[in-house]
Amino acid sequence: MTPSLSPDPISDLNALFTFPFMVNALMAGTIVAVLAAVVGWYMVLRRQSFAGHTLSVMAFPGAAGAALIGLPTALGYYLACGSAALVMRGARGSLRRGRGTETATIATVQTVGLAAGFLFLSLNSAVLGGTETLLFGTFLGVSRGQVLTLLLVALAALALIAVAARPLLLETIDPEAARARGLPVAALDTGFLLLLAAAVAATSQITGALLVFALLVAPAAAAQQVTMRPLPGLVLSVVFALAIVWLGLGIAYFSIYPVGFYVTSIAFAVYLVARVSRAMAERRRV
Amino acid sequence: MIELTGAGVRLGGRGIFGDVELRVDAGQFVAVLGPNGAGKSTLMRVIPGLVRLDTGSVAVLGRPPAQVRSAIGYLPQRHGFDPSTRIRGIDLVRLGLDGARWGIPVALTRTARERRRAETARVEEVIALVGATEYARRPIGELSGGEQQRLLIAQALVREPELLILDEPLDSLDLPNQAAVAGLLRRVCTTQHVSVLLVAHDVNPLLPYLDQVIYMAGGRARSGSADEVITSATLSDLYGAPIEVLQTQDGRLVVVGQPEAPHHHAPRHELVT
Repeated sequence: MTPSLSPDPISDLNALFTFPFMVNALMAGTIVAVLAAVVGWYMVLRRQSFAGHTLSVMAFPGAAGAALIGLPTALGYYLACGSAALVMRGARGSLRRGRGTETATIATVQTVGLAAGFLFLSLNSAVLGGTETLLFGTFLGVSRGQVLTLLLVALAALALIAVAARPLLLETIDPEAARARGLPVAALDTGFLLLLAAAVAATSQITGALLVFALLVAPAAAAQQVTMRPLPGLVLSVVFALAIVWLGLGIAYFSIYPVGFYVTSIAFAVYLVARVSRAMAERRRV
Repeated sequence: MIELTGAGVRLGGRGIFGDVELRVDAGQFVAVLGPNGAGKSTLMRVIPGLVRLDTGSVAVLGRPPAQVRSAIGYLPQRHGFDPSTRIRGIDLVRLGLDGARWGIPVALTRTARERRRAETARVEEVIALVGATEYARRPIGELSGGEQQRLLIAQALVREPELLILDEPLDSLDLPNQAAVAGLLRRVCTTQHVSVLLVAHDVNPLLPYLDQVIYMAGGRARSGSADEVITSATLSDLYGAPIEVLQTQDGRLVVVGQPEAPHHHAPRHELVT
């Protein structure tokens, strides 16, 4: 079923909202975009993109494994990402060894994760849409219940970030200074990894495990190219993410190609434009 | 201001220092000197309450450190920001004011907006005080070591502390910047009525400004004026080995014969829990 574009843009827009599955997809996409953009902004600033990538790779065996033993895939995403975050935090040990030091071990575990996910799917390919769906995303078959779960997870995560916004920023830029100010640095660090896990698990359900970065990194990184100020940066990151999701879903609706491709391409374009415009602005100033 | 009696710290089963007696008065400018691994950084972390004493006692402003945290500005030892850090100096300074504040960072009520305006003014004021106005809106990672150091000093000063503790603030600065930052700290000490306690590798950029020197070596510490402490006799006693202090014609001090820092100690950044 591939609806075609008519000459009338209004009717095309209306067509987007005709089917419940599309309305669900748009709602889920909107929720996920806001969550990923905010968590992603901190993640990029904290240089934890690799941690985010690891979590997204672990989302795949999580979902596949959950389906294999008859649990909801959404639960599989959250459980796998959450426990991967805790393991990663534990493996790093002392905070003073710094973020981003956990590369080799984690990279090895990632490979096993992908392989395990593939095995789970091979054992059970009938139930799921298959490897492609889990890795590269789909907007078909997002249920009302799934949207509701996404909303609750996103609201909880965003509320936590709102309350901890400034301490988390200080801990991100200067952990030592944060500790000296009496902030619970270890808890902030672990807490953020868990929030990242939640954001990855939520985003995976729309973009697939491998294309999570289209919403987690690209909008945040683009926003940080445009502005260095924290609050405007966060807002811009959300705006970019929403634009990416809405455009991606809208185009995918009228196209035979998968949504992941459009979301990723638009995200890449946004980042490219931000990067180039910053370079041009800097050249003008010199 | 600061009073340590019989102070000792053991970390990971190893004694860092013991029996340290120390007194810093309000408004003093004090340097902490000594070889690597002598416990200078640990001592600096005892005072804001980041490391607990195993023996003896510490009082800051007459109280335990944890109770007076807001009166202490502490600048940890650091090795500069990553060049790609996309945060402006001014935002870094502002985090000195509100970085430990929980709650939604949007001013909703009129009092909150007024407080925000007052804080913005305070941030600008302290940036001007350290002479960083010109580059405070550039990304912190692109600034030079001296510029970053000035902004970090502004961050520590913005809450108007009574005591400023800096761990090697002159480290990794070139000589003109070392002299400039040392002069800035002395000026802050005098005009803002802040006691300044700083760890330094080289006493010379600080010599014109010091009220007191604390020299740590061999697990012990000696304090007094630079003339009293940095002498062949005192340092030989501290190290338990013959040490010679020479003075060059322009007044610089050179310490000769320091034994190499012990190699069994953990790297400094691993020292603290």
